[in-house]
Amino acid sequence: MAYQKLLGALCATTLLVAPAFAQDFPQRQITMVVPFSAGGPTDTVARLVAERMSADLGQQIIVENIGGAGGTLGAGNVAKAEPDGYTVLLHHIGMATSATLYRNLAYDTLNAFEYVGLVTEVPMVVTARKDFEPADFTAFKDYVKANADTLTLANAGIGAASHLCGMLLMQALEAPLVTVPYKGTGPAMTDLLGGQTDIMCDQTTNTTQQIKGGTIKAYAVTSPERLELFPDLPTAKEGGVETMEFGIWHGIYAPKGTPADATERLSQALQVALADEGVAKAMADLGTAPEPAENATPAALQAKLESEIARWKPVIEAAGIYAD
Amino acid sequence: MELLGNLALGFSVASSLANLAFCLIGVILGTLIGVLPGIGATATIAMLLPITFQLEPVSSLIMLAGIYYGAQYGGSTTAILINMPGESSSAVTAIDGYQMARQGRAGTALATAALGSFFAGTVATFLVAIFAPPLTTVALKFGAAEYFSLMVMGLVMSVALAHGSVLKALAMVVLGLLLGMVGTDIYTGTPRFTMGITQYADGLNFVAVAVGVFGIAEILRNLEDEHDRQVMTKNINRLFPTRQEFRQMVGPVLRGTGIGSVLGILPGGGAILASFASYTIEKKVSDRPQDFGKGALAGVAGPESANNAGAQTSFIPLLTLGIPANPVMALMIGAMIIQGIVPGPNVVSEQPALFWGIVASMWIGNLMLVVLNLPLIGLWVKLLSVPYYVLFPIIMAMCSIGVYSVASNAYDLFAVAFFGLLGYVMSKLRCEPAPLLLGFVLGPLLEENLRRAMILSRGDPMTFLTRPISATLLGLSLVVLVLVFLPQIRKRRDEVFTESDA
Repeated sequence: MAYQKLLGALCATTLLVAPAFAQDFPQRQITMVVPFSAGGPTDTVARLVAERMSADLGQQIIVENIGGAGGTLGAGNVAKAEPDGYTVLLHHIGMATSATLYRNLAYDTLNAFEYVGLVTEVPMVVTARKDFEPADFTAFKDYVKANADTLTLANAGIGAASHLCGMLLMQALEAPLVTVPYKGTGPAMTDLLGGQTDIMCDQTTNTTQQIKGGTIKAYAVTSPERLELFPDLPTAKEGGVETMEFGIWHGIYAPKGTPADATERLSQALQVALADEGVAKAMADLGTAPEPAENATPAALQAKLESEIARWKPVIEAAGIYAD
Repeated sequence: MELLGNLALGFSVASSLANLAFCLIGVILGTLIGVLPGIGATATIAMLLPITFQLEPVSSLIMLAGIYYGAQYGGSTTAILINMPGESSSAVTAIDGYQMARQGRAGTALATAALGSFFAGTVATFLVAIFAPPLTTVALKFGAAEYFSLMVMGLVMSVALAHGSVLKALAMVVLGLLLGMVGTDIYTGTPRFTMGITQYADGLNFVAVAVGVFGIAEILRNLEDEHDRQVMTKNINRLFPTRQEFRQMVGPVLRGTGIGSVLGILPGGGAILASFASYTIEKKVSDRPQDFGKGALAGVAGPESANNAGAQTSFIPLLTLGIPANPVMALMIGAMIIQGIVPGPNVVSEQPALFWGIVASMWIGNLMLVVLNLPLIGLWVKLLSVPYYVLFPIIMAMCSIGVYSVASNAYDLFAVAFFGLLGYVMSKLRCEPAPLLLGFVLGPLLEENLRRAMILSRGDPMTFLTRPISATLLGLSLVVLVLVFLPQIRKRRDEVFTESDA
């Protein structure tokens, strides 16, 4: 009897002490939840950094895809997970936009997570079918404004990068194009290749190879600087559309209450991964680049999330389209 | 000549000892997971992705492709043996294949599936090799209006899937269409029929519905009648088809291969239709259509060939456009990107060894599948003699794990349970699950493309008739409809006449 009580007490003590474990974090494998299906661009980013982070942490990071409802299902799962650092979330800009796009989220975006750091910011390219008339971005703007009622704008579904970029484009040019939503980037791109739709604005991850292959036409990039990949493409800002400067930023989060030692250690591993040449090269192939070490920190991610929620709220409300 | 050179390059890459080994590992793994009901190729490839990072790009893609068509094949095995289709394509195989198994002809059905698949795979591989680039151009001509008309044709054909009442089949198609509407509307973002459950925001999981209405329902039905099951396990006859059965196979296999190859090229879900379309056509051209649904050999041979041909040619949009035709292809793109190959229109010219290596490995993989599976048939058939109190719980456990592994979503398991019960009730009412499943698969595509076509045409419905491909497909649907209903109308008229004569 006494022995059993002692054992119970021991167990209880272990549990109480548990939060202090973090000096030796991590002790076992870590699950990185990607709130989108396997094989997509976000999944690719996650797997790229997860592999390199695993090497630094000395423990395997397993990528788990919990797709659905624009990424809010996976994010909701992580928000409810044990805050011990062994479950983390890799999410993109959708973390900020879903705070407005969904009016009944199962979690409070700003208060449900701890922050690990920013991973990468994928630029967007304004593209059109390959026989689209305008020759450059200036002509493109005029042409789109003049023909707003006959042109179509494709996107990969509500909340997708292409949807966000499309909203910015239409608001900037004051051109209410006919929007054609698709279920994912694949079918949307197929129809753009086939000339079934006119314009789409999407991440370099999805557009680079098609632009290089000459199957679609590119007009501008949304990054602050021109891209090494397409030195001839002007930035939207150069083209006089300042509001279109944005990218699909990715960040890693942990459930609220995760010990700071654990998020710091993860952040450290993230910085190591982002400094890796192989990771940088793989990202360059996709038209993006790893975030510098000072952005791969909890504070930088938190600031980004807060500013982006504030930035997208009026854009989405003006468009009046919600995802619930 | 260039083609021969390319194929030679491909075979030299694919037949290196290491690549042969990876191909073999792929098809064995694929067959194994295909045979475990519910665990699909998508989940397996997702789990194996990290392992493939260490391999050469060609080797890893050869292995992943092996898993994909291995699973397609293995899925047919469960469809035939235990009425448990793991993918939409093997749902059709289950109709007649399972009946054959109940008659003790499981071996014949499995051998037919294996040989038909191999033949179709061979033909389709060469089609990929010769026509990949020009076929891509054709596929791009398919816009929303064309896909809508194609889906209409598919739905019209689905009525022919029924072997009982046409009215009940129609009812099942409509129920399937309605179930397909569950989830978020992609045009407005409004959730429909989700009962406020966020987990259903992306619709019901196909595997959950299929495993429920086919498999679980069948287990429930079997439990109520133990006698039935013993009959099935006792008279297992020879495993290999007879010469006469071989002769019966030829036509369906050839037609199935043709249909599957054509439909597989369309990136917007054409491959889904392949096996359904093949079944319809076999039933129409057969001189004994009454045998369909009761164990017709052609009902296994045709759809199985179509499904495998479609599986091969669906690589065309992936390899030439860099656009995935289904979730498995999406995963392969992910694998390519991580290997530093960004799929796109230039892969064929920039990475000839990779492209032709994969093409050649498809054929080698298909050959391996046949060699591997023909001897295994005996073993699979023996599985049927495992006592049901052991077999059924194992199947249920496997299904649950498999369904859960697709999206780690517990609500998918509730769906399995619900659709199991629904399937049981349906079988009591003599309604068939296949038309329901087809409606469920085609419904969302039909709606999505209808609305997209209307948006693109600014609300002008004539777009379906003014676009030539779309108009042709609608015309064909009309012909099929007439062919399906004509015998019935004639029969009814005959009946009316007989009555008035009397």
